[in-house]
Amino acid sequence: MSSFWSIWITVLTLGTLVGCVIILRWCLKNFTGIEEGKPMDHEFDGIQELNNPLPKWWSTFFMVTIVWGFGYLALYPGLGNFEGLFKWRSSNQDIASLEDSKAQIAAAKDAGMLVQYDREVDQADAKYGPIFAKFAKQDIAALSKDEEALKIGQRLFLQNCSQCHGSDAKGTTGFPNLTDKDWLYGGSPEAIEHSLLYGRKANGMIAWETMLGGEEGVKEVAAYVISLNPQRADKVDSALAAKGEAKFAMCAACHGPQGQGSDALGLPLGAPNLADNIWLYGGSEKAVQNSIRNGRAGVMPAWKDILGQDKVRVISAYVYSLSNKD
Amino acid sequence: MNRHEKVEKHVGWFFIITIMAISIGGLVEITPLFFQKETTTPVDSLRPYTALEMEGRDIYIREGCNNCHSQMIRPFRAETERYGHYSVAGESVWEHPFLWGSKRTGPDLARVGGRYSDDWHYAHLMDPRSVVPESNMPSYPWLGENKISNELSAKKMELFNGLTKNRTHKDENGNFLPLYSSDEIANAGKEFATSKSITGKEGLREIDALIAYLQSLGHALK
Repeated sequence: MSSFWSIWITVLTLGTLVGCVIILRWCLKNFTGIEEGKPMDHEFDGIQELNNPLPKWWSTFFMVTIVWGFGYLALYPGLGNFEGLFKWRSSNQDIASLEDSKAQIAAAKDAGMLVQYDREVDQADAKYGPIFAKFAKQDIAALSKDEEALKIGQRLFLQNCSQCHGSDAKGTTGFPNLTDKDWLYGGSPEAIEHSLLYGRKANGMIAWETMLGGEEGVKEVAAYVISLNPQRADKVDSALAAKGEAKFAMCAACHGPQGQGSDALGLPLGAPNLADNIWLYGGSEKAVQNSIRNGRAGVMPAWKDILGQDKVRVISAYVYSLSNKD
Repeated sequence: MNRHEKVEKHVGWFFIITIMAISIGGLVEITPLFFQKETTTPVDSLRPYTALEMEGRDIYIREGCNNCHSQMIRPFRAETERYGHYSVAGESVWEHPFLWGSKRTGPDLARVGGRYSDDWHYAHLMDPRSVVPESNMPSYPWLGENKISNELSAKKMELFNGLTKNRTHKDENGNFLPLYSSDEIANAGKEFATSKSITGKEGLREIDALIAYLQSLGHALK
């Protein structure tokens, strides 16, 4: 802050406090020429105004707050560039980037002058750091059997993941169920952790309507896709499905020749298994047609920068435990 | 009549002295902020809103999102654990008006960008309970119907160029760069009518703009 504004703030602040004292003292004096407790010639509806002074308790407390105000301004930053005797600050507003912030925190730590927020974080790190350090030493599969890790993992899941995957992790239309064995990008601990850290993006499912030769093509392929499910094979128009099969070659690039999905092929494409009657976007005729007609592009956000590796590990263990309860 | 009565019984005097008393707080706490480095220098990665995000921001204001959602993460660990790094002034230097808000019926949105997919925002704005059953947020289905127009986009960009003078990033010679170049202004929102909406329809809808705005929030500090 420039010294002009520093002086501006200091003069106005202290001036106001001093002004309050002067006005209060002035108001405590009797200028009326009428003795205390006597009527002031002011009557309305039979009610008389008496010349009573300001209550003593009130004016005393007013003075106490002003004294307290001076004390506060001496200890804490309130007067422009004066830092206060405690040199206390709540946060560091003067940062241009996270890197800059890190450098400033390190410098402040060396000088023993951490801002309040960074002190809180330090205390939390001292308390929780060892717990996460202990978790970091175990592999995720082992961690998924650790009661403490699962409790923490569940809390983090509810806070950060449940908005899409549901608080029971069973997902909803467009957001995968994490409690079953059907995976888009692999269900191994490593694959789950990778999905959380870096996110996933399904790019391949474009709108297929024109490529399939219009509405008719969409219906044919949808019928074939539904017929891939053993339980529903006899419930679709087989002639339609046969026509769809011929066009399915385009789909097979990602979904596999039998529609078994990219995960079964060992590819991280996020193309669902179409033969298992588990449907990410609904399995009704209409829903499957919609998916083909308009395309789908599910996105899993990347959590590395938001939550950090330690927490992602614990959430990975929790998610892994949901489908590996044995 | 004594001096105290003069003040108490004359509206003019009373008015003048009251105005003086209540303006001191603003003169001390607000005025200096217009001239400080922290509040007038953008953080390194701050970028201006695109035409689409700008329209989305205006829809955010129109629908009153800021009545229930703050955009201000306070420097407490309990907040940063949930929302991310606390907000700093340098992230808001180009905000007119500020949408910090002061009420949190819903969660803070200062860093909501990138936390959820576009599909989630679409489902959630059309019907919040389809993804968060316990949510008490209203549905905004009309956002999926109403088309957006770029009629005012160029004007808004020009306006923001004026509003942010001397508070933008600098080029290598130390001159302030305008928020939007004349090229960007000339082409503002040209894609609105021809792009495909997340609703599947031709031409962008209000919901596309709002989602773009929400996804842009909170990336400036990195």
